[in-house]
Amino acid sequence: MIEWQAIVGHYNYYVTVFLMVAGLYIVIAHGNMIKSLIGLGLFQTSVYLLYISPGKIVGGTAPIIDPKYTDYSNPLPHVLILTAIVVGVATLALGLALVVRISEEYGTVDEDEIVAMDQDQ
Amino acid sequence: MKLDLILRVGTKLILPFILIFAPYVHFHGDYGPGGGFQAGVIIAAAIILYAIVFGLDAAKRVAPQGLIERLVPLGVLLYASAGLPAMLSNKGRYLDYGVFGHHFAHAHEWGILIVETGVIITVSSTMLAIFYAFADRSRR
Amino acid sequence: MSSLQEHLPILQILVPLFGAILTAFTRSGTTAWAIAAVSSAISPFISAALLIKVTTTGQPISYVMGPWAAPWGIEYRVDLLNGFILLLVSLIGLVSIPYARKSVAQEIDSHKQSWFYTMYLLCLTGLLGICITGDAFNAFVFLEVSSLSTYTLIALGRQRRALVSAYQYLVMGTIGATFYIIGVGLIYIVTGTLNFVDLAARIGPAMPELSRPIIAALAFMTVGISLKLALFPLHVWLPNAYAFAPSFATAFLAGTATKVAIYLLLRIFYTFFSNAIPFYSLPISEFLLVLSLAAMFVASFTAIFEENAKRMLAYSSVAQIGYITLGIALANKIGLAGSLVHMFNHAIMKTALFFALGAMVYRTGVARMSSLSGIGRKMPITTAAFVVAGLGLIGVPGTAGFISKWYLAMGAIEHGWIWLVFLIVLSSLLAVVYVGRFIEIAYFREPSSDIADSHEPPLSMLAPLIALAAATIYLGFDTRLTGGVARQIADFLLSGVVLGGTQ
Repeated sequence: MIEWQAIVGHYNYYVTVFLMVAGLYIVIAHGNMIKSLIGLGLFQTSVYLLYISPGKIVGGTAPIIDPKYTDYSNPLPHVLILTAIVVGVATLALGLALVVRISEEYGTVDEDEIVAMDQDQ
Repeated sequence: MKLDLILRVGTKLILPFILIFAPYVHFHGDYGPGGGFQAGVIIAAAIILYAIVFGLDAAKRVAPQGLIERLVPLGVLLYASAGLPAMLSNKGRYLDYGVFGHHFAHAHEWGILIVETGVIITVSSTMLAIFYAFADRSRR
Repeated sequence: MSSLQEHLPILQILVPLFGAILTAFTRSGTTAWAIAAVSSAISPFISAALLIKVTTTGQPISYVMGPWAAPWGIEYRVDLLNGFILLLVSLIGLVSIPYARKSVAQEIDSHKQSWFYTMYLLCLTGLLGICITGDAFNAFVFLEVSSLSTYTLIALGRQRRALVSAYQYLVMGTIGATFYIIGVGLIYIVTGTLNFVDLAARIGPAMPELSRPIIAALAFMTVGISLKLALFPLHVWLPNAYAFAPSFATAFLAGTATKVAIYLLLRIFYTFFSNAIPFYSLPISEFLLVLSLAAMFVASFTAIFEENAKRMLAYSSVAQIGYITLGIALANKIGLAGSLVHMFNHAIMKTALFFALGAMVYRTGVARMSSLSGIGRKMPITTAAFVVAGLGLIGVPGTAGFISKWYLAMGAIEHGWIWLVFLIVLSSLLAVVYVGRFIEIAYFREPSSDIADSHEPPLSMLAPLIALAAATIYLGFDTRLTGGVARQIADFLLSGVVLGGTQ
């Protein structure tokens, strides 16, 4: 007897893990720095899902106390992830700024080519 | 740019509404989705739209780069300083907003409003600073 | 002044943070340096006051933000372990700042100098924050504050390769930090808390056996932080980052950044999992031992054949981090004390070495070994300080390095692993080779044309260097601060119940 409920009920984790592995793969697989950064962004985004999805309670509402409601979703993961998103944006902006400077200096954004150029010196 | 009459007029029409929508989102953050982050991005979006349609120089006359670069730390300063009064008056610890009012909830509403004001300043100016930094690059 | 006493933990963070904000307003490098100097000068006094308070009362200091009590609000918690690391970080900040003025003025464009100091102060804030916080997520935020500012500091190096190094470090560092936050997330989903002390209490007694998510979380966090602390073979970002960053940034980061990451690892092993005892139920110790030994030998070998002096020191850093993790892997009191002592001593010695090398680069503009031949005749004091710190790195008796290696060897003997003592001595011989190579080049060769008209650096650069070289000798004889405190900390960490019991 397969426990379908347990398998389907955890679908949010499958999505998270898929995004996580896909993001990490893109970072490793691509020589193009911009694509690597996109992968890095995807990797970080998967973590947002990891935090946010267990915070939702089925039938729960926003955590503002009201006599009409008894179930509230957990607000803490959202607060944490708001911070993590800002960190992610800052990382991406800094990474792209570096890539712009690298492109100006080297004339390419391919990591393998840049490593080869540096070794020639 | 002279021929893009519809774009120019449309932008001029829509800009005031974008700029009014920002404070709406900002103050609405107390009760629902919204707050300094979103409002800051909306303000930045308005100026970025202006820059795209009327050119970077026009945008820099509205929001000079030197000013923007100083607004970034100003917002952080406001945020960080909001925690100080309680500490300095010896009535609480850092980030205790109880000193801003008599009732707990009211005092904290004021405290959060100061924090969010810091956030709106920093977020909008940071977004613009990033935009200026990248937009300037292409001219070299 | 009792009220000031009470707020010391937050002031530790606020002083550099407000310093960073104020430097961002100014465009003058000198003003920014003055602000950074004031902030850096106040920090060690706060850390020292905190550490003294903790050692005299024997109780951790707890400080919560706003009106929210500990497990819910963010708590700053100073105990022996992080009091020690806080003091280390802020002391390195203090000795670095006089050095910074001239070095930064030469290497950084004048309109970027104030930003450079902003980034330095943010980095200091982040590093101190990681140490002082008692909240797992807050530690992540501070980790990213320090990392992002570090990437910027590295990217400001003069050569274009600095940009690529900073980019590579950014990718690796972000993966590391994200791994850490995945681990924290898994633990948070299982336990519902982020407070270190609360976590320790909930992971321990509530779960007699480690559940799978907890083990996964431990694995994620260990790998993530190992990336940040450059544990072999996750160290590939470090040599380039150290080699191409501005001299001052290299010296400051070499002394602090990896040490703080090691602190975080210790915190996870001995606070999060203090009740769950991961060292006995999982083979972490064995893995760490093998990787530490690999770091000690492979990185030292690479350092021997390195042509760029900065990269040589960077590889030597990877090897020295191996000694520190070796102490953690030994997992007994004396080994752990050795690890902590070496953390302190290595920070002092490696900062001194990078200061000396930075001073040579300041005068000559080159970091290649062949170009630096005969430097001992042109810059005798700087080279002498380099040699003293280098001897400390080898572990010559009478220097700080000897004390830490002695502790590590004792820890190995306690396990009955005589072969490990031999390996420690053998790897020190490799250090003799690479330090000896520099000494040979510096003293026994004719000065090269590159350094023909160089002389001693200005006093503001020489004084911190001499102070650190003197400290290397002093800490080789007086071990009250390092050895004494480290033994207390090791006692405290291995007793396990200290943190779990207070809630």
